[in-house]
Amino acid sequence: MNSPIDSEAPALLQARGLAYLRNDEPIFGPLSFQLYGGDVVLMEGDNGSGKTTLLKVLSGLLEPSSGEILLNGEPLTLARLSHQVALLGHLLGIKAELSPLQNLRFAIGIGGLRAGITPHHALKSVGLEGYEDVPLRQLSAGQKKRVALARLLLVPAALWLLDEPYANLDREGIGLVNRLLELHALRGGAALITSHGAYAYTSGTPRRIALRNTDMAAA
Amino acid sequence: MSYGTATSACRAVFVRDFGLVWRRRGDALNPVLFAIMVVALFPFALGPEPKALQQISAGAVLVALLLAGLLSLDALFRSDLEDGSLEQLVLSPHPLALLLACKIAVHWLTTALPLLLVAPLLGEMLYLPRPVLGTLMAALALSTPLLSLIGAVCVALTVGMRRSGMLLALLVLPLYVPVLIFAAGACNAAQQGLPTLAPLLWLGAALALALVLAPLACAAALRISLN
Repeated sequence: MNSPIDSEAPALLQARGLAYLRNDEPIFGPLSFQLYGGDVVLMEGDNGSGKTTLLKVLSGLLEPSSGEILLNGEPLTLARLSHQVALLGHLLGIKAELSPLQNLRFAIGIGGLRAGITPHHALKSVGLEGYEDVPLRQLSAGQKKRVALARLLLVPAALWLLDEPYANLDREGIGLVNRLLELHALRGGAALITSHGAYAYTSGTPRRIALRNTDMAAA
Repeated sequence: MSYGTATSACRAVFVRDFGLVWRRRGDALNPVLFAIMVVALFPFALGPEPKALQQISAGAVLVALLLAGLLSLDALFRSDLEDGSLEQLVLSPHPLALLLACKIAVHWLTTALPLLLVAPLLGEMLYLPRPVLGTLMAALALSTPLLSLIGAVCVALTVGMRRSGMLLALLVLPLYVPVLIFAAGACNAAQQGLPTLAPLLWLGAALALALVLAPLACAAALRISLN
């Protein structure tokens, strides 16, 4: 991998021999990789290759069957983890009955707020200005995704784990995800994103991790 | 950068969950209607004799409210699981048990409290003796939060399953029975003019214990369910 392994600072996220078994069936791994501040890593793999499971393990929702995860060089605990990691899954974690603003206020309440940004700003930067008080059920799938992206901007997590962030988005939305990732990398954050390969993060050349069924190759 | 305080996290849960109940306020009345219907059926089955109805009044009200509470229990974490909010709650930097305690509190306030408020009416429908009403209300005030707390742990255990309704009932009812026995015991004692303090104190002790332990158990159970 092309990261500065000799640098002084420990990796933001380091996985060592990470593997996950479900009912003794290997889902992925063993995997070893490192993410430094400023990295955007694209994880590619077919359906069923364990991308989502890997993100859940890295976020702490699932416990790895073997191997270990280090955050800033220290072993992971749930308390430390949740300060550092923001997960955007297939399920967006937003309520259809509530407005974007109400959803974001809840996210800030339980997740914290990054300095120098407000929910209104975040909604503006994902192109949802004017939709602040519209119940989410009246918005399209792509617009809901944008609300979930606004949440990422607001919470103070250094590591973004994004599961298929490009799904449901139009071309402009895909550009938006790439802009947000760029901004996050510039601020020293890191992101691990999954994709089944239809779209890609186009800024620079992102590192890639390819997941094959129960097997891993770094390219 | 600020991660906020646990207090602000709790406030966020309260605001959101009350907001959600307000959006679905029609659903919130369902348990109350159910309890009224159940109690209204007793005079048809047992005949309108005040004496016969008086005999079973406190117990019938207790059972009706317990079943009405069971009706709304399954929904406690269901929608949060389906839209991914539960994952975000688990990933919050604040103690999960505390956030869940807030959710359970909102659930009690929006489903059990309305039931508590109609309990005098239900009692009146079955000729509940006036002096017993105070004891019945005290028993309900102590037992309904206890039922919500016990129920929440069982819901957390079963929420990962697709059709958990019957399993939940099987899991929850044996744990509800002791609560019912003490609450009905207090009412029976009041009806016979005996002291009611002992069963009420038992309920209070169990409630104190559940207030501390149930949110922790609930958090542990949810982490298992999400696996």
